[in-house]
Amino acid sequence: MGNLALRIENVGKQYQIGQGKTAAYETLGDRIVSTVQAPFKRIGSVLRGQSSAVATDSIWALQDVSFEVQHGEVVGIIGRNGAGKSTLLKILSQITEPTKGAIDIYGRVGALLEVGTGFHPELSGRENVFLNGAILGMNRHEIARKFDEIVDFSGIEKFIDTPVKHYSSGMQMRLAFAVAAHLDPEILIVDEVLAVGDAEFQKKCLGKMSDVTKEGRTVLFVSHNMGAVQSLCTRGVVLSQGSVNFMGSANEAIDYYLRNITSSTSRMVSFPQDPSRDIDIQTAYVYTLGKDETDTFDIADQLTVEITYVVRTPVRGSNLSFALSRDGTLLFRSWDIDLNRTAFEMRQPGAYVARLNLPQGILLPGLYSIYLAAARPKVGPYAVYPDCLVFEIENNSEDWTHTSFSRGGEIMIRLNWEIEPSQ
Amino acid sequence: MSLAQAEQPSQRPSSAGDQQPIVHTRIQPSHGWVSLRLDELWKYREVLYFLMLRDIKVRYKQTILGATWAFLQPFLTMIVFSLFFGRLAGVPSDGVPYPIFSFTALVPWTFFSNTLTQASNSVVGSANMVKKIYFPRLAIPIASTLSGVVDFCIAFVVLIGMMLAFQIVPTLNVLFLPLFVLLALITSLGVGFWLSAMNVQFRDVRYTLPFLTQFWLFITPIAYPSSLIQDPLLRAVYALNPMVGVVDGFRWALLNTDTLSLPTLATSATVAVVLLVTGAFYFRRMEKTFADVV
Repeated sequence: MGNLALRIENVGKQYQIGQGKTAAYETLGDRIVSTVQAPFKRIGSVLRGQSSAVATDSIWALQDVSFEVQHGEVVGIIGRNGAGKSTLLKILSQITEPTKGAIDIYGRVGALLEVGTGFHPELSGRENVFLNGAILGMNRHEIARKFDEIVDFSGIEKFIDTPVKHYSSGMQMRLAFAVAAHLDPEILIVDEVLAVGDAEFQKKCLGKMSDVTKEGRTVLFVSHNMGAVQSLCTRGVVLSQGSVNFMGSANEAIDYYLRNITSSTSRMVSFPQDPSRDIDIQTAYVYTLGKDETDTFDIADQLTVEITYVVRTPVRGSNLSFALSRDGTLLFRSWDIDLNRTAFEMRQPGAYVARLNLPQGILLPGLYSIYLAAARPKVGPYAVYPDCLVFEIENNSEDWTHTSFSRGGEIMIRLNWEIEPSQ
Repeated sequence: MSLAQAEQPSQRPSSAGDQQPIVHTRIQPSHGWVSLRLDELWKYREVLYFLMLRDIKVRYKQTILGATWAFLQPFLTMIVFSLFFGRLAGVPSDGVPYPIFSFTALVPWTFFSNTLTQASNSVVGSANMVKKIYFPRLAIPIASTLSGVVDFCIAFVVLIGMMLAFQIVPTLNVLFLPLFVLLALITSLGVGFWLSAMNVQFRDVRYTLPFLTQFWLFITPIAYPSSLIQDPLLRAVYALNPMVGVVDGFRWALLNTDTLSLPTLATSATVAVVLLVTGAFYFRRMEKTFADVV
């Protein structure tokens, strides 16, 4: 194949944890003590007949990951938090090194990892554009040529000479995305850009990314937004616990992910709490009256989603967000403030329960997933739980309107056709 | 966890429509000591430039006196030294007025101790970048050290002013001054490489620094002339401190004292170069863990 962009072969990444770690904040004293102890420990374990290699204190964040990407392909990498997606991208962008395996990259790599991507807070937006460009291996003239286009895309002309530390995370993301997308890397690596920024900018990003892919460049895309993965990507790779579980078309990968990786059809979930969050979602539960034992519902069932959450301090300008997807495609999104503006103005501390009655009879058979988040729009999320509830809807009732799959579409709406004889 | 990456730029037959040859990068673990990849560092020289720009901009941000600090630090120290060592203790000063004697040493010393402190904290301070983008990490302490040259230049202008005031005319020795500046730079870089890499893993470095610079100040002939050390053996050990060569050199070049001995200078220079090279290799060896640990 003369058109290979990326070859990943048996890549593994091991992190040391616990004792003997090379991890953060080890003091020199610790190191000296463990250095002194180590030989004795090793002798001890050999005498006891154990292997001398102390490998118990490490975890493999990635293991035996192998796949290839051709130039022009757009590959979505899907997986739960902690599946190794970010580690893989960090290795690909040379930020950290693999413990095993090898990677061949053919082309210049532009990486956009999380918010800010290494902007320096004290430098102005303009200087950061040049710095980022220089890091991507471009010279000043090349960047200068693209500069206006970048600033224009980011939509922050007014603040371009302001130090980046005064930017909101959304603004940083806009600029970072603009730089990465305009500096013409042959391979673009994008991690969760869509987690920040408003809907309009997200749309712009997706548009730009699809332009980039049309120019025949290669994109590796990590997102929890299955809709984005579905619309952008040609292929999908599902990572689970550091290994590749599935590879195939984007649609197949999403389907596989929803069926097998997300806590495979769960209709009840409770979330870890973090006292530093002003708002925390505690539990979520989807049910229909009279069916307590099953994860499978019927098209005729009236489904209710119950969410419990806690508000710890008075909060302004926040919302709770709910989204329903069918087979990876977003059906709709609903905010608790849609019909309740006062909650957006100010929220009082306390524990709350919210019940959402899903409209009856409009959901077609399929695999559904629910996204929940508590956030302050344009500031940032407190907690985001994509695909936290997954359930299946089947057609067990005798309702013939649902039996015909050839209809297509994402929802079923029974319109009343008012028919009368015409003159 | 002993790994490294190797990049071998190579050319592949470019596919249709590509004007440039495609860059091939190979990422794989390798073991033991790794190459410095100075060619790559050169390729990323603009990154170095922007990091320097940042360091210079940040240094005197939100200070009232701004860049005045660049010469106030050695200048105030000089006044204190002149009072206590020069006047009260009567420390000899190689036949030159004590204030200019100590200030000539304090200018390169301040450069050294400041860049040492800044370079040591540079990698930890750039955690945000280290964790998110790739560029040759050596650029961080290098930029930090080079940006100290600006301060050095400001202080040096004041030094020239003081020489005028004391009516000291340098001899042709002054032509060798750049060599001693270079020696100071090499020493700062070498120590900076060692400490910045160690600081990532062992935060003890941060607490050791104030003590280290103070200790180093006393084993360098700043408040006193190096001629005080007469014992040949002691003298040989003393010269292992590269800053001895720098300070003696500065005095010799600017004040025309006869303090410069070639063996001392040779020892100092050798130690400085050894520090630089080993420091760079140590840094490169530790580099692979930076993003995971910092």
